[in-house]
Amino acid sequence: MLLDMLSAIWSQLLTLAEVLKHTFTKADTVQYPEEMPYLAPRYRGRIVLTRDPDGHERCVACNLCAVACPVDCIALQKTEDEDGRWYPEFFRINFSRCIMCGMCEEACPTYSIQLTPDFEMCEYDRQNMVYEKEHLLISGQGKYPGYSFYNVAGKSIAGKDKGEALNESPPVDVRSLLP
Amino acid sequence: MPIITVDGYELEVKAGTNLLDALLSRNIDVPYFCWHPAMGSIGACRQCAVVQYANKDDDRGRIVMSCMTAVTEGAIFSVDTNNAVTFRESVIENLMLNHPHDCPVCEEGGECHLQDMTVMVGHRNRQYTGRKTTFRNQYLGPFIGHEMNRCITCYRCTRFYQDYAGGHDLNAFGSRDRVFFGRAESGVLENEFAGNLIEVCPTGVFTDKTLSKNYTRKWDLQSAPTVCTGCSLGCNTYTSERYGELRRVHNRYNQEVNGYFLCDRGRFGSGYVDSPKRIRQAGMLNAAGLYDVVSKDSAIEHVRSMLANASKIKGIGSPRASLESNQSLRDLVGEDNYCSGMTNTEREMHAVILDVLRSDLNSPSMSEVENFDAVLVLGEDVTNHAPRLALSIRQATRNKSLKLAAETQLSEWQDAAVRELAQNQRSPLIVVTPMTDRLDEIASQSLRMSFGDITKLTQGLIDALTSDVSGEKQRAGSSESNEVVRGIIETLLAAERPLIVSGTSVGSPELLKRAANLAAALKQHKKTAGIFLCASEVNSLGVCLIDNHHSLESILDEAPEVVIVLENDLSLRLGHRFDSWIAKMPRLIAVDHLDHLTTSKADIVLPAATDPECEGSYINTEGRAQRSMAVFKPAGNIAASYHWLDALRDVTRVPSEIRAALANQFSELQVLDDAAPDEKFRDAGGKQPRMTHRSSGRTAMYADISVHEPKQPIDEDSAMAFSMEGNQNRSPSALRAYTWTPGWNSNQSIHKFQIEVNGSDVAANPPSFVFSDSESFCHYPRGNISNNVLIPQFHIFGSDELSAFSDELSQRVPLPYLRIRSEDAQRLGLTKDDGVMCDQVKKSTPLRIIIDDDLPVDCMVYPKIAELFELNGLDNASFVRIDGWHSPPAIITSDRTN
Repeated sequence: MLLDMLSAIWSQLLTLAEVLKHTFTKADTVQYPEEMPYLAPRYRGRIVLTRDPDGHERCVACNLCAVACPVDCIALQKTEDEDGRWYPEFFRINFSRCIMCGMCEEACPTYSIQLTPDFEMCEYDRQNMVYEKEHLLISGQGKYPGYSFYNVAGKSIAGKDKGEALNESPPVDVRSLLP
Repeated sequence: MPIITVDGYELEVKAGTNLLDALLSRNIDVPYFCWHPAMGSIGACRQCAVVQYANKDDDRGRIVMSCMTAVTEGAIFSVDTNNAVTFRESVIENLMLNHPHDCPVCEEGGECHLQDMTVMVGHRNRQYTGRKTTFRNQYLGPFIGHEMNRCITCYRCTRFYQDYAGGHDLNAFGSRDRVFFGRAESGVLENEFAGNLIEVCPTGVFTDKTLSKNYTRKWDLQSAPTVCTGCSLGCNTYTSERYGELRRVHNRYNQEVNGYFLCDRGRFGSGYVDSPKRIRQAGMLNAAGLYDVVSKDSAIEHVRSMLANASKIKGIGSPRASLESNQSLRDLVGEDNYCSGMTNTEREMHAVILDVLRSDLNSPSMSEVENFDAVLVLGEDVTNHAPRLALSIRQATRNKSLKLAAETQLSEWQDAAVRELAQNQRSPLIVVTPMTDRLDEIASQSLRMSFGDITKLTQGLIDALTSDVSGEKQRAGSSESNEVVRGIIETLLAAERPLIVSGTSVGSPELLKRAANLAAALKQHKKTAGIFLCASEVNSLGVCLIDNHHSLESILDEAPEVVIVLENDLSLRLGHRFDSWIAKMPRLIAVDHLDHLTTSKADIVLPAATDPECEGSYINTEGRAQRSMAVFKPAGNIAASYHWLDALRDVTRVPSEIRAALANQFSELQVLDDAAPDEKFRDAGGKQPRMTHRSSGRTAMYADISVHEPKQPIDEDSAMAFSMEGNQNRSPSALRAYTWTPGWNSNQSIHKFQIEVNGSDVAANPPSFVFSDSESFCHYPRGNISNNVLIPQFHIFGSDELSAFSDELSQRVPLPYLRIRSEDAQRLGLTKDDGVMCDQVKKSTPLRIIIDDDLPVDCMVYPKIAELFELNGLDNASFVRIDGWHSPPAIITSDRTN
């Protein structure tokens, strides 16, 4: 009985000491937004659409991000320009549904869709959480510089003829009978 | 049935089949490319390799191609053994050497057989570091895109196009790894069935341009089982939608109707749904002759008051509208005031078809046509009027080669060998038409004569057959025509199963009656003889059955005060009589979906849903009742015609209630309900899904309008839901929106839904034929033979009411022409390629003169396309030559061709 009491008092004293000790340690609180925290480049925040080294939209509207999205918050429609490139006619992300899981980025075959270390997207009006292509498309290449999908794809576009992609031989002459 | 052993399990399989067919039928996955269920095996791709063991003690075995291996009693195979697995993986690795890195920008992606098979064999990493072979593409017309880099050289395209569909302008060119599949030079693929290349090609070499224009992946398409409304055959289709627009039409397997293939009109002809001429709001004609948009309620109010103030109200139905819509109109105006919307001649022709279907004459289904070993085509332009049937007739001519194969104990599925054996030997096909016919090239005999002469020839055949029976002497006639008659009779009697084919494109009820008489006479000699008559439109037989013998003319002659026209452009049926009729028409209410001559003359127009937008029942030319389901809910005021017409009477009925009303009045139509489950059907408590389980974008599709996702529309009319919830793999086939099974994303998944390969659907409703073959056939008495001078030429593109409203298809509609014999041209002072104006053609369209001395004497031919319909029934038109006229180019010839 007495032993129990002494043990309880000892525990109380230890706790008080622990609290007192924190008076002399540095505070963990960050003075956000005056002080910005460090976020790694791989942080999964606001989603952007990037461009290839030539400044063209990387997105080819293949719909893989949309189908990978577990909350179905990406919608887009493919169209084609006069160069023969596929691109999205519209590209919409409903960020009020997005869970920042990064599945879209993993699914993207052209490194177009990327998650960025930016999380400051709060809005008072939920409708403003709907981002269209004009809000998503940035002018840079993002995390994967130098990649251009059409340089490795077989489809020809203006400025890149058949046989000019990586590891391609020039178009064959079908009429040749040489062995 | 032989028993084979596969991986230690004993399987009972169908005798005479190949191993691949047997394995797929027993639900064992084996990858394949060149084999196609409808086209047999050639063993070109080496993908379906398995190991066969000589006996139980053999532990090494040898690799065989399962598609080229017959199943024999006691044979031992292994699909899963290491040898076979590594072999198959290396085959695909080789096939993929030159395959471009294209999937994200390929229309086939997501429903690609090559993707599926690559995943199935487990090939993942590319080891080859050499350069990829590339090809230049060709322009193949407005329907089909070409991307030759993706080819894996399985030869399916040329086998379908040349061997199956009889095309000439697609071939394999070049040698070794330069083999190229395309045309000799860029240009439109000519064959009427070219669109099937999209589905036949296991990868993305041939893609659908009409889909690519507004591309959607298969997993995002909201689809429903539909019935093609392009012609009277009622082929089964899947129609698909996204964002409120119709995106594509794909084949829906129905063993008894269209099997695996569609014609290009059916596949590419549904653009009218999103046509700029679509009527999307109710409209009322104002004093200025323009239409004011009115709300749904006020439109109904106006029509009701118009009907209340009139005593003589007539309803004109439509053979292209569903039975439900026609019945709803019939309920509104009363059965004596309703007509089917067909002219006297059309009605009379369809009455013959009804008689034949009700009689004990053998009327085969479209797929059964392939089993007949002699075909006589009487006047019908099969390829242009009922296109898919032409493909079946082409297969029927192969019976000779199958017979030869059977004699040499060669299996039917040994496709290359059977064709090699037969060379050009075909079962007899006799084509008797006024114009050159697409089937001429495979016909054993082609005869050019006017419809009047064809009728006389038919009578000659009947006489010859019946006189044989009664022993009478043959009627006197020219020895030449007797020779022809004798030749045809010999051919028909020599066959095991002769078939007579005719149809309403002949425009003469008398010819159809005699064709039926001929079939009956032939049946006296050959019990197996059959007759196939093609109706005009998708529901011609259906409306003919419910119209109490009222034709369009009889209704109009009664000078009604108000006429309600349901989905029917009367100008196309009445021809030059339309203007005089419309001039004295007091009040016209049109329920339709497109802006055409009839709707533009109406006082009130109610916007009707097109066939992919509402449920409907149709009776095809075989007398088969089929249900087409709604693919999506149209926006705005558009509603199904039957809902509009019911609303005018202030009643609300779901389609099954309208069908019940039909069944009450017409005992034959009781089978309508058997065509598909009604709206009360539930599977595990739920409705059947129209979307795939992986449909994307649900919370973003309409987020630009409002971030609060709209509720999915409710479908009260059917047991299908506009939803991804439910299990389509368990759906009855009439409610299955698409075919997909795990690992089989492409249309090749169909074998998972067949009882066995090429068998019927596992969940098919039993065929619901409207007519029982009970009545014995009564011979028609002989009527007068009339001879038309002006003959309309049907065209697969442009001769039906709707498909020419499609963007791409309208490019293939022929330019107006007049085909005449050289002596007629001389008489009229015309030469080849002159442009002439005809005083009876509207829009002042110049006709190009084509000289054709193959035409029967005194015949002139014009194209049956909407612009020229007024030529109908015209005998004394005058032609004026236009000086310095040049024919415009027939079709666009340039496009991106890299």
